[in-house]
Amino acid sequence: MSKKMPQTPLLDQLESGPWPSFVTGLKRLANDEGQPYADYMKSLLGQLELSYETRKGYWKGGTVGVFGYGAGVIPRFSEVADKHPESSEFHTLRIMPAPGFFYDTKTLRALCDIWAEHGSGLIALHGQSGDIMMQGCRTEQVQHAWDKINELGFDMGGAGAGVRTAASCVGQARCEQACFDTLKAHRTVINDFTDDIHRPSLPYKMKFKFSGCANDCANATQRADVAIIGTWRDDMQVNQDEVKAKVAQLGRKEFINQVIRMCPSQALALNDDDTLDVDNKSCVRCMHCINVCTKALKPGKDRGIAILVGGKRTLKIGDLMGSVLVPFMKLDTDEDYERLLELAHNMLDFFAENALEHERTGEMIERIGVVNYLEGIGLDLDVNMIAQPRTNSYVRTDGWDEEARKWNDRKTNAAE
Amino acid sequence: MSELRRPIESGVPESTQFMHPVLRENYGRWAWHDRPRPGVLRHVSDTGVAMFTVKAGTQRQMDVYTIRKLADIADEFCDGYIRFTIRSAVEFMTPKEENVQPLIDRLEAEGFPVGGTGNSVGFISHTQGWLHCDIPGTDASGVVKALMDQLVDEFKNEDMPNRVKITTSCCQINCGGQGDIAINVQHTKPPVINHELVAGVCERPAVIARCPVAAIRPALVGGKPSLEVDEKKCVCCGACYPPCPPMQINDPVNSKIAIWVGGKHSSTRSKPMFHKLVAAGIPNNAPRWPEAAEVVRKILGAYKADARAWERMGEWIERIGWPRFFELTELPFTKYHVDNWRGGRANLNTSAHLHF
Repeated sequence: MSKKMPQTPLLDQLESGPWPSFVTGLKRLANDEGQPYADYMKSLLGQLELSYETRKGYWKGGTVGVFGYGAGVIPRFSEVADKHPESSEFHTLRIMPAPGFFYDTKTLRALCDIWAEHGSGLIALHGQSGDIMMQGCRTEQVQHAWDKINELGFDMGGAGAGVRTAASCVGQARCEQACFDTLKAHRTVINDFTDDIHRPSLPYKMKFKFSGCANDCANATQRADVAIIGTWRDDMQVNQDEVKAKVAQLGRKEFINQVIRMCPSQALALNDDDTLDVDNKSCVRCMHCINVCTKALKPGKDRGIAILVGGKRTLKIGDLMGSVLVPFMKLDTDEDYERLLELAHNMLDFFAENALEHERTGEMIERIGVVNYLEGIGLDLDVNMIAQPRTNSYVRTDGWDEEARKWNDRKTNAAE
Repeated sequence: MSELRRPIESGVPESTQFMHPVLRENYGRWAWHDRPRPGVLRHVSDTGVAMFTVKAGTQRQMDVYTIRKLADIADEFCDGYIRFTIRSAVEFMTPKEENVQPLIDRLEAEGFPVGGTGNSVGFISHTQGWLHCDIPGTDASGVVKALMDQLVDEFKNEDMPNRVKITTSCCQINCGGQGDIAINVQHTKPPVINHELVAGVCERPAVIARCPVAAIRPALVGGKPSLEVDEKKCVCCGACYPPCPPMQINDPVNSKIAIWVGGKHSSTRSKPMFHKLVAAGIPNNAPRWPEAAEVVRKILGAYKADARAWERMGEWIERIGWPRFFELTELPFTKYHVDNWRGGRANLNTSAHLHF
């Protein structure tokens, strides 16, 4: 006989209202009599209702995995299994989607079918990590589910102290503002680190994210240890006829308010004939005017990437934004991609060898200083790395002449 | 038992195989875009081809029936292709303009609100909560559902000064990320330690090292090796709880909700910003969190009424100043708003710039 549906008066209150309800979805699964997950989900609803009553969580970690990998399954064992026995094990499989979160419905249905057979029927699209979160699987079903997901063409994501699943914006697949091929870069970089994703052995996690421009739709600057962000170094593209049309549409005053005055580096002016005057030397490639005037303005043609390193959230020394380590590099040819991979591996190797346990890249740089980090990974200094030069005079400068010579040599070499 | 299968270490799959042919053919050739109406994007390529995107909200934690329903809609209107955004909205793309309105009608009829484009309140990015996390102080899915029920009109329209990104997190690790408004758990009491279990469960040196304020010491309690917390030093962050579950930080009454504003990931106009604490001590009031929702409503209302076009929440506050923010939102200003920790002077007003 099948299990009785638990009473869930608190969760029931989340079924009303215009937004889609996850509770309704959970109940749909729990009521799907005859399916292997029905009783499993009834039990889960019982535990979740208990959490809503007591305002406490009841999941504990443990060790569950698949053959050949050391990460990717998030084990969950219930602390209240005596009351809710069917959902005593509710593990998640983190599965890496295609960059940009694209699916065809055949593949999406296949994932659903696998999860209906071996799991809870509950899938989060997607976790904050960028993974497909196949939520809710018994220990004995994990390998079976994984085998089928893997055969379908998907691989497991990261967890623990390793390289993590990456994320990227939609990129050139559907955005004219993307300054590099975010999806290709994502795939090229992350697939070169599969060993570090699947067999974590770093001091702590390491994340890559890829955004096609400064709008940073992948939230890379703060959420990734290595943020790869598209930019350009020539002049912004301006279609003056479309500028005039935009001025006509908004009115001069509003165009000045919404476009000219909002430019953070005062690089814009409106000419008397309603065309746009752009001071490209002052432009910081922030994307604001391009976002407002999507027909009139575009990034330049000499496009590439900037790399910001060290973003992370509070634990342990406080929030950190990534900071610029590479202000510009091209990312078009195979050689460009090779250079990016080499740099990424240098960053990972230095992190592996120098970070303390549970220390993120940004914290390590905070501890050792960015100058030492640059030397460690073999990158040259660039003025774009700083917001301003130091303000504290307590610094030993007896190597000054040598450093000045290096800078001048680099300038000379670059000019040649 | 059959021999264990070695994994196919394939990494992430190639994306173009999952793209509508029009996206594949125009990859890297998009020329411009606009928004014919809220919830709809039109991208036009240099060949003149247009691709329409209809964006809708989901519940993120989806049962297979919901996902199959989305797949049905994609089969009917979008040649079998579908995409999700980084904030768990779903995007349907079609080159056929005549499909757009029927697609919108169908999504709305099936209960998926269409919106989230341009200067709207987007879908709230959130974390796992009581449903699956091992350390949650609340249930993000419930908070999000309760809030989106109230904010759905702001999702469906583009009436905000700029986009509003709201995030929720079930602990102070803040998996939800930076937000124009962030609704996060804030613990207010030190962990309650089950000394019976510590020695057997916790790697004590690792736990001691995890504490950001060095408040944890090894101790012998009742003859058993355990840990003790200097409660004067403890900032109740909960960092010790994941590596040492017997140090229970979650409390039904003392784990509160705090609200932060002005976070921003992008470098658009201003540099990226962290969100700033504006309200705390809000009860973790499942299942509908009305007190937290009320604070969010107040902040959004003030921003909507007062910010200039294209100012994000943090940029608006930088212009009007914090005194005016607290005045407009009628939130109390306390000593807890003042950053007293390492680097805290950077958050003081070291100028004669004053607001009256």
